[in-house]
Amino acid sequence: MFRLTRDAIDYHALTEAARSPHCGAVVLFLGTVRDLTGQQVTVFLEYDAYAPMAEKKLAEIEAEARTRWPVGEIAIAHRLGRLEVGEVSVAVAVSCPHRGDAFDACRYVIDTLKELVPIWKKENAPDGTGEWVHQSSTGEPGA
Amino acid sequence: MTITVKLFAAMRDLAGSDNETVELPDGATVADLRRELGKQLPLARTLLARSAVAVNHDSADNDKPIQATDEVAVIPPVSGG
Repeated sequence: MFRLTRDAIDYHALTEAARSPHCGAVVLFLGTVRDLTGQQVTVFLEYDAYAPMAEKKLAEIEAEARTRWPVGEIAIAHRLGRLEVGEVSVAVAVSCPHRGDAFDACRYVIDTLKELVPIWKKENAPDGTGEWVHQSSTGEPGA
Repeated sequence: MTITVKLFAAMRDLAGSDNETVELPDGATVADLRRELGKQLPLARTLLARSAVAVNHDSADNDKPIQATDEVAVIPPVSGG
């Protein structure tokens, strides 16, 4: 299950959606808006997405995760629009029969999402300037 | 054929629009589309060189032919999460 939303992410409901009677472990990852990236102060972020491609790529990531781990459920939500410092920008919940696989599968999903899914953030500084983050995959790590 | 290319993030800002229309001969490839976009959007050339081109929601190699009915987008390096 993947959802792009302009509303606050209900990560309790998202976690519930990932629960399964066959699974003894649920791992939830939350990405939150950080106030500092290196020396650069962020006041707020804006997120943009190419929604149909994002949904296709997330479906492929989920399918790949299911070939690698005995995943029960995967639930993913990503915010769009303006986010203040501290808000949840992304949530990934994964259930598996055992915790080792759940941690590994959740990490795979968020890492691959950040690498492949067409979503972009714009960092807005206190002086009113803003810059889209378009680092190459070999550049500085992001959030 | 006329292709309306979807633009996002800094590509959209550099173009001043969320799409750019390009005229391509039949049989044109992604490489031809990149060349034409670079001519029409000189300010976006540097970012275009670092961006992928998606055809029908999948990243496409430069030698991929484009059809008039394809959905085409420029995908700058992503930064979700």
